[in-house]
Amino acid sequence: MNDKQEKLIDKKGIRLDGRKADELRPLKLEVGVLPNADGSAYVEHGKNKILVGVFGPREMHPKHLSRPDRMVLRCRYHMAPFSVQERKSPAPSRREVELSKVIRESLEPALFLELYPRTGIDVFIEVLQADGGTRCASITAAALALADSGIPMRDLVVACAAGKIEDTVVLDLYDAEDKLGAADVPVAYMPNLNAITLLQMDGTLTPEEFEKAVSMATDGCKQIYPMQKEALKTKYMHIKEETQEETEE
Amino acid sequence: MPTFFEEKQLVTPGELLAEGEYQAGENTYLESGKIFSARIGLVDCDNKKVNVVALRAFYAPKPGDIVIGSVIEVGFNGWTIDIKAPYTALLRASDVLNRPFKPQNDELNQVLDAGDLIVAKIASYDRAHDPQLTVGEPGLGKITRGQIMRVTPTKIPRVIGRKGSMISMIKQETGCQIILGLNGVVLVTGKNTADEDLAMAAIKKIEDESHTTGLTDRITQLLKDEKAKREENKN
Repeated sequence: MNDKQEKLIDKKGIRLDGRKADELRPLKLEVGVLPNADGSAYVEHGKNKILVGVFGPREMHPKHLSRPDRMVLRCRYHMAPFSVQERKSPAPSRREVELSKVIRESLEPALFLELYPRTGIDVFIEVLQADGGTRCASITAAALALADSGIPMRDLVVACAAGKIEDTVVLDLYDAEDKLGAADVPVAYMPNLNAITLLQMDGTLTPEEFEKAVSMATDGCKQIYPMQKEALKTKYMHIKEETQEETEE
Repeated sequence: MPTFFEEKQLVTPGELLAEGEYQAGENTYLESGKIFSARIGLVDCDNKKVNVVALRAFYAPKPGDIVIGSVIEVGFNGWTIDIKAPYTALLRASDVLNRPFKPQNDELNQVLDAGDLIVAKIASYDRAHDPQLTVGEPGLGKITRGQIMRVTPTKIPRVIGRKGSMISMIKQETGCQIILGLNGVVLVTGKNTADEDLAMAAIKKIEDESHTTGLTDRITQLLKDEKAKREENKN
């Protein structure tokens, strides 16, 4: 930041990183990147870089955590020490424990937990580089990794945030906007079932602004959803294309 | 009562497949009259029943299935077996010995030790109990020779082929005995390792290209080419 406070959004409605108010950051999704995991995904959302590995369903360890009537979903959100400007201690912080819980609760409605009782699924989320909105990017990637592992799901979960900067409601805040802005509303959403599985708010918004933020975030989710589906299909499509080429020869 | 897919279309979890008069088949679920996909796979509709042939899934035990597993622990009156499923399986000593088990006479680790591989059948399994195995049928028991490989469990039907056409073709062409564990573990036993490697390469190719058409022809071609190559090397 310069000495004189720069505006987060200018009069034309262009933000500091050149985006319009309702524009997402560029998104790259990849599935099946870790051969040792049962399912995996990698996401680049703007400058966020997040890797997710899924293991299970498998026998629950320690055993006393298993439930006789359903499987247990465990999530671990972790930020690498080099993911932010100032070194982050690798020990789980208060924030990471909370995000792990929040991410778990946003994914649980998408799974048929009652199908395989006494087992556990582990979801490991590693944030390699953070630039605001990591919880949303993590949920999007974790849903892909779960689908890739072959666990039955009701729907993919997509997440996206909206917020307020300089009295304007905008989509998909990045780090600077998150820190200097007035509010942040992350939303996780299952598009086919039209169900919201995560809704948080940090900051202050009027009821009208809040409603606008939620609808903007769900619209953002609907934009990400086709990309998510495409990423999942790509893993299997390339095999199909290869064999088609072969037969054409 | 419309459907929203083309035959053999690739679908992702949560995709709407059909509405109304249809039945929810494998890897799908029904919610307020609509059928959705629950896994990534290829859809097909058979007699008003909508199925998704999953491309990725893990093995879910079912009574009567033939599986291949490894002994992970020798217990008091039986063995704990890893069958590559969400649950470990149990094999009781009396089942293997074919008579009542007497702890003072029988040394269990001399019958089967940790690390041994077995072909077994799932005798019983339900939500409340871990699967129990049996080896009391011909063809089941300890594996003494051959090689094993792993295949995604959902691909096993493809390896078998229509009425066993694919697997019998591979058996014939390579002269190997092949046992397909429904849990995705495959045992290949041949006269020599070269034969076994060839059979395994064919199965690997089936796994990689299982969702394409004309696969049987390509596999036949692969086996013939390899055989011809070997003949050349001999001469």
